[in-house]
Amino acid sequence: MNSFSYSRARDVAAAVDEVALPERQAKFIAGGTNLLDLMKENVMHPRHLVDITHLELNTIEDTLEGGLRLGALVTNADTAYHEQVDTRYPLLSKAILAGASPQLRNMATNGGNLMQRTRCYYFYDTATPCNKREPGTGCSAIRGFNRIHAILGTSEHCIATHPSDMCVALAALEAKVHVRGPHGDRAIPFADFHRLPGDTPELDNNLQPDELITAIELPPQGFADHHSYLKLRDRTSYAFALVSVAAALELDGDTIREARLALGGVAHKPWRDPEAEALLIGKSATRESFQLAAEKILQGAKGFPYNEFKIELARRAIVRAFEQALTNEK
Amino acid sequence: MYRSAENEIVEEVENQVHPPTSITLKINGTETRLHVAPWTSLLDALREYLDLTGTKKGCDHGQCGACTVLVNGKRINSCLTLAVMKEGTDITTIEGLAQGEALHPLQKAFIEHDAFQCGYCTPGQICSAVGLMNEGKAKTRDDVRELMSGNICRCGAYTNIVDAIEEVMHTQPAPCHE
Repeated sequence: MNSFSYSRARDVAAAVDEVALPERQAKFIAGGTNLLDLMKENVMHPRHLVDITHLELNTIEDTLEGGLRLGALVTNADTAYHEQVDTRYPLLSKAILAGASPQLRNMATNGGNLMQRTRCYYFYDTATPCNKREPGTGCSAIRGFNRIHAILGTSEHCIATHPSDMCVALAALEAKVHVRGPHGDRAIPFADFHRLPGDTPELDNNLQPDELITAIELPPQGFADHHSYLKLRDRTSYAFALVSVAAALELDGDTIREARLALGGVAHKPWRDPEAEALLIGKSATRESFQLAAEKILQGAKGFPYNEFKIELARRAIVRAFEQALTNEK
Repeated sequence: MYRSAENEIVEEVENQVHPPTSITLKINGTETRLHVAPWTSLLDALREYLDLTGTKKGCDHGQCGACTVLVNGKRINSCLTLAVMKEGTDITTIEGLAQGEALHPLQKAFIEHDAFQCGYCTPGQICSAVGLMNEGKAKTRDDVRELMSGNICRCGAYTNIVDAIEEVMHTQPAPCHE
């Protein structure tokens, strides 16, 4: 790990001020589970770390609109096991608990979960070219071992995936990300938070370097009655998703009134397609309807030599997840 | 990690640029003051500065769980934690679990159930199991398996590890260490 200087921020405004000095090449640190790992691998090398763990962003509160506001510094474990989250947003609890290990979930924060970087092997391996790590050097994954890589929204510059489970549920729930920057506060709809690689794969998201995530807001609709988070991976615990599906339904008898569908492990961001969801509205909650939605969301999917299987895997996983959502099993 | 003469020179140069910070941690019940560089992990602080070598360095990347310790009663990976960020916290390592000569119930159960071969992952497994019991979420054998998945055992003693934890969990449902 490179050497660096360290400071502890007193409040949100001070934290934003401290990270904004460009000559400092500073980063915020909270849980540290991804940043310190990347620093040990020499993938990231900030010259200064601003410790934000003492900021008062560590509560979960009701919003006036009837939703829930998750403080950026609440740990993933405390969020998943929070009584209100578990009761009203069980899709989110299940997605969080499908990721990482208990130790990591005790450390990792909600804000940090959004900021975690891809686990593409070539991004981690400083001996190989990687456009995300060093723009312009090329993508080793496109012609390399790309079993874990993306099938949707890729570019000729990058086929990395976003590794989070929590974010897949947040995308399906249409959360909002509240951030503070030098010019004040703004809220970013979840769909606009993460980016596709395009020709700037070095940018994972639309947060500016001097902005700090303060909270994640959940809207009132939590789909507690009919939801499923289905995660498929090489071992049944403590592994990143090959494909994961967050599926949620609002039913009127057998008729679908509202549907949400988000995929993980298949793109540079949690993948949604509002048209696939719209296809389900007014339809019967049957396998045939779910297959239609699966076809739609996977339209344009493109496999690479080692991950072609993900297209069929995703198709079947979507149908399975919706069927599980009907009965809320697992 | 062996501190070679070369490492010491590097350390000296770095210390001039980024002087070490003085922090106080409560380790196994004792207030402990130490001087660490900002980049010193809690794991290295325990092993290299305080000679608490019970906590093991396995992967050093948060993947194996050998470095698991309890911070304010919660299990974490000490390899991905900066010591400076834990100022003022209460840390329990494997050395702090026994009461004098009396082993912690989990330590006893690991011996009785033959829950290890080489023993390298054991301190992390036991601290993780203490954390699991404090959390109180595991009810079934499958829950224990899932909630111990952050601790890897190269010898494959998993079956006996789960046996040991289950036994203590069912005889001592209340948190056994804060």
